[in-house]
Amino acid sequence: MRLSPFARTLLALAVIAVPALAGVLPEDRADVLWHSYHGGDITIQGPSVLVRKKVGDNLSLSANYYEDMISSASIDVKLSASPYHEKREQWSGGADYLHGKSTYSAGFITSKEPDYKANTSYFAVSQDMFGDLTTLTLGYRRGWDRVFRDIKTPGGVLENDPTFHQRADHRGYSLSLTQILTRNAILGFNYELLTDQGYLANPYRKIRYLSPGQGAGFTLADQVYPNTRTSHSASAQLKYYLPYRAALTGQYRFFRDTWGIRAHTLELDYTHPLSKHLILDGSLRYYRQGAADFYSDLFPRANYQNFMGRDRELAAFHSYTLGAGASYEFAVPGVRALSRNSINVRVDHLMIDYGDFRNALLAGTYGAGNEPLYKLDANIFQVFVSIWF
Amino acid sequence: MRVAPVKLMRAVTAALLLAALAGCAAPTPWVKPYEREHFADPIMSFNRDPVSSTYLQHVFESREGARGATGSVGGGCGCN
Repeated sequence: MRLSPFARTLLALAVIAVPALAGVLPEDRADVLWHSYHGGDITIQGPSVLVRKKVGDNLSLSANYYEDMISSASIDVKLSASPYHEKREQWSGGADYLHGKSTYSAGFITSKEPDYKANTSYFAVSQDMFGDLTTLTLGYRRGWDRVFRDIKTPGGVLENDPTFHQRADHRGYSLSLTQILTRNAILGFNYELLTDQGYLANPYRKIRYLSPGQGAGFTLADQVYPNTRTSHSASAQLKYYLPYRAALTGQYRFFRDTWGIRAHTLELDYTHPLSKHLILDGSLRYYRQGAADFYSDLFPRANYQNFMGRDRELAAFHSYTLGAGASYEFAVPGVRALSRNSINVRVDHLMIDYGDFRNALLAGTYGAGNEPLYKLDANIFQVFVSIWF
Repeated sequence: MRVAPVKLMRAVTAALLLAALAGCAAPTPWVKPYEREHFADPIMSFNRDPVSSTYLQHVFESREGARGATGSVGGGCGCN
């Protein structure tokens, strides 16, 4: 069997990572969360339930159910499709096995919505080293997606278009390192390489090209994406314990891919316990990205280039997210299994300013290509209960 | 100076083996176990509430071109 140099290096790193030195399994806990996103005429809400339980001294099992109930009349939907409601369900299960100072993790995630089915499996090995000051984790994941497109039947019912059935495959390789620097500071580093192959576009969204004298001055056409994508991302987090019991975290991530997108993410988090029971959190996140090479808000003509996309996720934009949360820990008297619980609330406000994505719905007023740039404001709300048992 | 790929691979392998051996004779930890009580405090966890951080990560990944290096895996889309 021939292995590529990359695979050989990964294998060598894995062999180094495996020898016994250790770890600690995550705590047994259950979380029940309700999430709600509202912005840009989209509402997405639903529950998420996560349960983690040790079996014996060395094995920890986890299971998660997550649901998105989507009601969308977004700018993209208004331009080229019809408002819709749908549900996405995601199930996942995982296991962590502790052996000496090594932890082996494996799991499976399956996600289903009427027009998109995704399966992902993952494996990771984690090793504590150097007197447990350093933890190295190597991970691999593989995903298989099936992409469909819904059409409306003459009777008004949505069903899969029998002529459209695509696939997309994904692979991911990750390396994470956490390092205790001092008695008050810890550093985290993550690197991830992701590759995709197959149908990677959104089948509902369209590009537009100039067509003076016709309608609003533009014509819609199907997007044409490359069939492959490879991305690299690297991030670093520094967490510092402040003398009066509070924590400050600074994070930075750099991203680049073969589609020409470059992105920077900066985040600052502050955690402040007000009392033994009440913890407050505040965060500020800044994100900036450049456009993909084949993105344009308005192409000069039909078939202008091989690949053409107008997904706003590929546009140039920057965003700020302001977040705040509160967590109250309590015990239920007389019930031993409920001796540690918490109720948590978190609110985030997301503000996106697009640099080259215009509100094409206003083309009739301003003319194609002269519409105001699109902005998105969204509120993200979470409330959840956690129980340690 | 040009180095043949085979020689480079051998050098890298040797370096990795040396690193592994160095790991066996690990340096003395400069933060002693009894000095790490702050890391046992939940506020010092990089991922205090996984159910919440995974959700928020999904919200960002659905709306941004960037992805990865967050230490979590996900599936599906739900992003129109």
